[in-house]
Amino acid sequence: MSPGVNFDEVLGGDMSNKKPTNLNNGVSRRAVLAGGAAALTASLFTPKALRAADYPTAEVNTTGLAVTDDTVTIGILHSITGTMAISETGSVQAEKLAIEQINAQGGILGRKIEYIQEDGASDWPTFAEKAKKLLVNDKVASVMGCWTSASRKAVLPVFEQYNGFLYYPTFYEGLEESPNVIYTGQEATQQIIAGLDWVAKEKGAKSFYLLGSDYIWPRTSNKIARKHIENFLDGAKVVGEEYYPLGHTQFNSVINKIRLKKPDVIYAIVVGGSNVAFYKQLKAAGIDMTKEDPIVLTISVTEDEIRGIGGENIEGAYACMKYFQSLTNDNNIEFVKAFKEMWGDDMVIGDVTQAAYLGPWLWKAAVEAAGSFDVDKVRAATPGIELTSAPEGYVKVHENHHLWSKTRVGLAKADGQYDVVFETADLVEPDPFPEGYQ
Amino acid sequence: METSNRFLSRSEIIGFAVLAAVIFIVLPVALDTFRLNLFGKYLTYAFVAVGLVLCWGAGGILSLGQGVFFGLGGYCMAMFLKLEASTPENTAIQSTPGIPDFMDWNQLTALPAWWQPFNSLAFALLAVVAVPVIFAFIIGVAMFTRRVGGVYFAIITQAFAAILTILIIGQQGYTGGVNGITDLRTLLGWDIRTDEAKEILYYVNGVLLFAVLFAAQYVRKSKLGRLLIAMRDQEDRVRFSGYNVANFKIFVFCLGAAFAGIGGAMFTLQVGFMSPTLVGIVPSIEMVIFCAVGGRLSILGAVYGALVVNWAKTTFSESFPELWLLGLGGLFIAVVMAFPNGLAGVYAEHVAPRIAKLFNKSAGDDMPGAAKTPAE
Repeated sequence: MSPGVNFDEVLGGDMSNKKPTNLNNGVSRRAVLAGGAAALTASLFTPKALRAADYPTAEVNTTGLAVTDDTVTIGILHSITGTMAISETGSVQAEKLAIEQINAQGGILGRKIEYIQEDGASDWPTFAEKAKKLLVNDKVASVMGCWTSASRKAVLPVFEQYNGFLYYPTFYEGLEESPNVIYTGQEATQQIIAGLDWVAKEKGAKSFYLLGSDYIWPRTSNKIARKHIENFLDGAKVVGEEYYPLGHTQFNSVINKIRLKKPDVIYAIVVGGSNVAFYKQLKAAGIDMTKEDPIVLTISVTEDEIRGIGGENIEGAYACMKYFQSLTNDNNIEFVKAFKEMWGDDMVIGDVTQAAYLGPWLWKAAVEAAGSFDVDKVRAATPGIELTSAPEGYVKVHENHHLWSKTRVGLAKADGQYDVVFETADLVEPDPFPEGYQ
Repeated sequence: METSNRFLSRSEIIGFAVLAAVIFIVLPVALDTFRLNLFGKYLTYAFVAVGLVLCWGAGGILSLGQGVFFGLGGYCMAMFLKLEASTPENTAIQSTPGIPDFMDWNQLTALPAWWQPFNSLAFALLAVVAVPVIFAFIIGVAMFTRRVGGVYFAIITQAFAAILTILIIGQQGYTGGVNGITDLRTLLGWDIRTDEAKEILYYVNGVLLFAVLFAAQYVRKSKLGRLLIAMRDQEDRVRFSGYNVANFKIFVFCLGAAFAGIGGAMFTLQVGFMSPTLVGIVPSIEMVIFCAVGGRLSILGAVYGALVVNWAKTTFSESFPELWLLGLGGLFIAVVMAFPNGLAGVYAEHVAPRIAKLFNKSAGDDMPGAAKTPAE
C-alpha cells in the first residue's frame, strides 16, 4: 500500500477485485492480479498490505481475543442436531465456505481464520451456554450463528454482557437493534412491504387472508402486513388472520374458510414441518396455485423448504425474499458453483444460507476497515461497510446494524427453484422499529 | 431390607461429607467461573432428580412430567426478574414502556392482573414453591384417589408436560411464547450477570440443594419413607393395613414438585432466562435419565447422576459437535444394560464392600436396597 492511501477508502472499491479470488479457490492471487481488470485498485491492494507483520498482534488485539500472529479464531454456533438442524445446516455450510475462501485469499489482516464450531442442539439454554463458552473460554473474535429468534434472544444478553460480536443470518421480526449483533438477513418491513405493493399493483389484489405459525415472527410480520394493507394499499382489506401452533399439520379447516372468503391473496407465514402439510393440503383441496386464484404469497418458503414440500406441491406460489438461487448475476453464479463444489451438486441455496455467507465477508471488511480485531473498533467501523461481491448483489450495512438490500419476488417452479419476477429498483432501507406499523 | 433408624448412618455421613466437599470445595477450586456456573446449572437439575428418587425410587411413582414443576418454579422467578428489568427507562423504545418487551411485541398495552403480584419478591419466592405444589396436588388428587398408577400415570404426566408447553407457547403475549422470558438482569438491584454474582448464586444453590437433600433423607428415614417403599413393593397390603395410600402418594408427589420448583428458580437465576424448552417432554425425560444414571434409589446418587450426565453432554458436544448425541445415547444404553441401579448401584456393589473390607466393617446399611432390589 502506498503511503497516504486511506485503507478505508480503498476497501469499498476493492471488494469487486477480490471477487475472482474469493469465488475461485484454485486461482492464485498473483494470477488474478496479473489478469485483474481494475488494475489501479488492484495494485493498491497488494498482498504486502495485509501481511500480518504490518499488523502486530499487540496492536490489532488489545482486548485479549483469540488472535495470534498468524491466526484468528471465530465461533460458529448453529444447531446441527435436533429439529432445527435441517434449516441451520445450510448456514453452517455457507459460513465454512466463506471462511475457506477468505483463507485462500490470505485471511484477515494476514491471519488465517480458524473456527470453533459449537452445537446449539435446537435448545435455547444450550445456545446460551455455548455462546458463553465461545466468548469467555475461547475468546473468539466474532461469532457466526443462531437461526431462530428464540436462540438469538437467548444468547443476546450473553453477547451484550461479554461484548461479543454476532452475525445473525435469518430474516426476522425486527424490533431489535443490539450493538453486539449484525443482522445479515432482512427485518420484517424489508421482506413484506415491497412484496405487498407488487401483488397489489401487478396482480390487482384487494383482499388478503393472513396465515401463520404461532410465534413472534409470523405475528409481527402479519401485523406489519395488515397495517400496510389497510393503510397504504388503496381499497385493500384483510379478510382473515389465523395462527397455528408450530408443527401443526391439519390445515383443512382454514382451507375451507379460505374457499368461503375467496381472498385474492393467501399470505402465508407457515414455518418448518407445517409447510409440508399446508401446501400438500392446499393442492389436495383443489387450489391450483398456477391459476393464481387465489394467489399464494409466502415469506417463509425458501429453496431449502421446497425440498421438503416438493416442487410439484408449491408450483405457482410466490415467495418474497432478498435472494434466490436462480439469480443470474456473476457473483451468484460463482457462489452457487463454489457452494456445490464444496458441499455437493444436490445442494440448494436458500435466502438464509446466502445471508449466512455474507457474515464472514462483512466481518472481514469491517476488521480491515478498523485495522483491528477489537470488538469496539470493529463495531465503530461497521456502519457503511459495503460488499459488491455479495451473491444477492450489492449490500451495505446501515447505522442500525441491518443491511440495505433489495426485495425480490420469485415464482416457484416444479423443479424447486424460483423464477425471479420482480425486484425493487433500489436497496430497501432496514427499519427494525417501523413508525406507523406498531 | 435393612434400614437404620438413625437419621444418618456412619457411611451416609461420609457420603454427605464427600458430596459437600465436592460441591463447596473441589468444584470451586478446580473450575473457573464459567465452568462453575455450568455446574451450578447442572445442580439445579439435581433438585428434580432428588425429588424423583423419592417419588420413583422409593414410592414407585414414575413421573415423566417433572419438567412441568421445574418450569413453573423457573417461570415464577423469571416473572419477578422480568418485571424488575422492565423499568420504563429500560423499555423506553416500546409502544408501552414499563411492561415486559414480549408483551409489547404482542400488542398488550397493560400488565395483566395475574402478573401484578410478581412485582413482590416475597410473593414470587412463595410462588416458586407454591405453584408447583398446587399443580402437583391437583394432578395427585385426580390420579391417585382414582388409583391411577404405573405406566398410566407416567403417560398422563407426560401429557401434562406437552399441554403446558403448548399453553405457554400459545399464550405468548403473557408468557413470552417460544422465546421464553429472556434478558433478566437484576435481583432487587443486584446484578445477577456478573462473575461475582454467579459464584454467590452457585453457593446459594449448593446450600439449598443440601437443605433439600436433608429433607429427602428425613422423609426416607421416617415412617413415611418406609411406607413409601412398602407401597412400591406391595401396595395392596399397605392399603389393607389401613393406610390411605393415595394421601401418601399425593404428599410425596407434591414434595418432589416443590424440590423441582426450587431447582427451576435457581436455574432462572443462574442462566438468566426461562423458556418452554425446559418444560416439555424431552427435559422431563432427561431428568428421569439423570436419576436413573445416578441410581434411582439413592438421593446422593441422583446428584452425581445429574452432574455426570450434564458434564458428559457438555464435554461431548464441545469435542464432537457432530457426533455427540450418539455418544450420549451409547452411554445411556451402557449404563442401563450394565448397571441397572446406576452409579449408586456400582458404588454399593463394587466400591463399598472393598472399603468395608479395608476398614473391616459392615457396609450393610449403606445405600439401602441398592444392591438388593432388582431393577424393574
